[in-house]
Amino acid sequence: IFSKESSSLEDVGESSSETDEDEKPVRHQEGSTDLSPEYWAVQKLAKYIKGGDPTATVIALCSMRDLDLSEETCQLAIKDTGCLEVLINLLDTEEIKCQTGSLKILKEISENVLIRHAIADLGGLEIMVKILDTPDTDLKCLAAETIANVARFKRARKTIRQHGGIKRLVELLDSISVGSSYQAKDTETARCGALALWSCSKSTKNKKAILKAGGIPLLARWLKCSHTDILIPIVGTLQECASEPSYRLAIRTEGMIENLVKNLSNEHEELQMHCASAIFKCAEDEEIRDLVRKHEGLQPLSVLLDNSENKQLLAAVTGAIWKCAISRENVLKFQEYKTVETLVTLLTDQPEEVLINVIGALGECCQEEENRGTIRRCGGIAPIVKLLTATNNALLVNVNKAVGGCAMEPENMSIIDSLDGVRLLWSLLKNPNPDVQASAAWALCPCVENAKNSGEMVRSFVGGLELIVNLLKSKDKEVLTSVCAAIANIAKDLENLAVMTDHGVVPLLSKLANTNNNKLRRHLAEAIAHCCMWGSNRVAFGEAKAVAPLARYLKAKDPLVHRATAQALYQLSEDPNNCVIMHENGVVKLLLAMVGSTDDALQEAAAGCIANIRRLALATEKAKYG
Amino acid sequence: AAMSRKGVKLLVDSLTRSAKHFNKSEVECLINLFDTVVARASSQFAGVGFDRTVFRDTLHSAFGMTDDVVLDRVFSTFDRDNNGCITVVEWVEGLAVLLRGTLEEKMKYCFAVYDLNGDGYISREEMFQMLKNSLLIQPADEEPDEGVKDLVEIALKKMASIYLDYDHDGKLSFEDFEKAVRDEKLLLEAFGPCLPDIK
Repeated sequence: IFSKESSSLEDVGESSSETDEDEKPVRHQEGSTDLSPEYWAVQKLAKYIKGGDPTATVIALCSMRDLDLSEETCQLAIKDTGCLEVLINLLDTEEIKCQTGSLKILKEISENVLIRHAIADLGGLEIMVKILDTPDTDLKCLAAETIANVARFKRARKTIRQHGGIKRLVELLDSISVGSSYQAKDTETARCGALALWSCSKSTKNKKAILKAGGIPLLARWLKCSHTDILIPIVGTLQECASEPSYRLAIRTEGMIENLVKNLSNEHEELQMHCASAIFKCAEDEEIRDLVRKHEGLQPLSVLLDNSENKQLLAAVTGAIWKCAISRENVLKFQEYKTVETLVTLLTDQPEEVLINVIGALGECCQEEENRGTIRRCGGIAPIVKLLTATNNALLVNVNKAVGGCAMEPENMSIIDSLDGVRLLWSLLKNPNPDVQASAAWALCPCVENAKNSGEMVRSFVGGLELIVNLLKSKDKEVLTSVCAAIANIAKDLENLAVMTDHGVVPLLSKLANTNNNKLRRHLAEAIAHCCMWGSNRVAFGEAKAVAPLARYLKAKDPLVHRATAQALYQLSEDPNNCVIMHENGVVKLLLAMVGSTDDALQEAAAGCIANIRRLALATEKAKYG
Repeated sequence: AAMSRKGVKLLVDSLTRSAKHFNKSEVECLINLFDTVVARASSQFAGVGFDRTVFRDTLHSAFGMTDDVVLDRVFSTFDRDNNGCITVVEWVEGLAVLLRGTLEEKMKYCFAVYDLNGDGYISREEMFQMLKNSLLIQPADEEPDEGVKDLVEIALKKMASIYLDYDHDGKLSFEDFEKAVRDEKLLLEAFGPCLPDIK
């Protein structure tokens, strides 16, 4: 539900990270090649199905259900005797009793992965889709339930879609009969349809097909009912589809958040889990985060944290809390419910899937100063720092963010430092995954800023400065941005700046100057500004052709970029050659506009830079005319 | 003999009550159908009721039922006083079960159809009788009846109670039948189609 790790190209188009049985399943032969007793029993019955009229067929089919169809030997016997083909052929007749009897068997044995693949290979899916058109409700439901089972692998889901299955399944949700006596039947039909749609919705193209077939208003309608039996597959489908922005929009506009929140308090844990999962996925959108709060969903989520036995539920709930906490107003609400305290207790003895979300949530909660203190008081810092040695990348990214969040408080920082946290963060810069590198670099910023004896600490990491400077060679934008931010902080210590200069930080930063990415521009300019403070770096930046591109940054629309650029230009303008370049690039005019800014730092830097340029111009005039 | 209007009305009312599943206008239609067929028939019971042949033809044209063995049995279940003639009362009340019977009524009806000698049990021999034409393809090296006998055993095994001892010598009681059908509704017409196909 949570991992963004994609394991292979085959997963493109799939949203679920459950292992999908797309490769042809392998059969485990056990020892003897003797045919099982089930084999003979099935073969005999198959004879009557094949050679009998409908009456004989029905007797044989009913008798077959007395075999233990959940046993693998029996399931395989049906396949090996060729009986499976016979069962599928029966589906293609117009005999409702035979079709029904056959589907009852197929539904059970399709729990077996080999059987599922075989059914698809034998063209069973197309026929089952056709059966969805039948007026016989029991038959329709059986067909849908069987489809739900078989659709557990990708090729089956594709086949179903290609033969118009999605449209028909959506129609099952639309059964409305007059009179209350039919309600139970309608609910059952819709439940079976929803089960099948849930299975099918694991494929992205099917998610889109469901939407196109008008599935969303129907899902919304059933979401309002109170039968758990149907709610589970409905919410299951919604949470599966919630990875699509179009669904999130619909979930918002059709008022579904209210129902999802309401069902968080339902007594069925499975339903609670799917609701939490849906919220987890939807809360990517800010509007949905607000809606969850408005419908008072944050409290039930917090309460569900107390159920720590059910790990799947816990993973979904912590996930939902994590994403909801991205919005500050939600963090404030969570404070009321003491959510942070509870989350800290979940930092130990939990499976990875839960940890990733718990840490993610704590990281977001660090937006609020109070929570940084709460985490410390609850003894949360040590377990968080310990997780810096984890191997799961998704987990590491979140841990880095949490450490960074905590590090914003000096009191927390000393604990982190005493636990060797900064060194651990620094080594994560060596991790091959760019997301891990970037998040580590971001976290280093507050660490370097708030640590006691920061400069010395940084110097104590052998090869650390060389390592981080070399990351400026990365191809990943986020890595570059975060490393620039870190370097800007590190460079405040002149000794370290000297070392970085030796490692070639100036040319490396200059090479990055030609970018249109505002976030990178801002942090790059900050880094340049700070790196100017050593030796002849100002001149070096000029020679490395960093000045002209910086001038262009002033044309961006982002005020943070303006401030950083102005500061960089101010520092660079201490060198006369740079002033000439700036003048040639029309910097004066652009900076003049910023002199009146309400941003003090920008104002000062702009004014200072202009003053330097003017002074040089004056001096040049004087020299010319003596 | 034609009935007076009052007589007809009384009949309609009484049948609507006893047959339970039809309303007055439906009962009237059925009575009219009965009268029409009876008037056309040229049998010994002309004007009074259906004999076997007339009954079989009517059911065949109305519901497409073709199995003679079954149709014969159906006649017998309709003909409650066993006089070989189906009166209008027997007709309407019989149809009520056929077309709209509850599960209980249908189970009783089907069991009665299959219980060829009416002794309250469906025996092996009776099952054999009903299933003997159900196997269309027989393997060449087998005796023709072996397959049917085997099928009968399969049916017995599925439906006869295993808790009672076998001194019933392989017979299906109504309780057995009822239990089997409640468990698996497909077995209601286990030994042959005797209910009309609602297509």
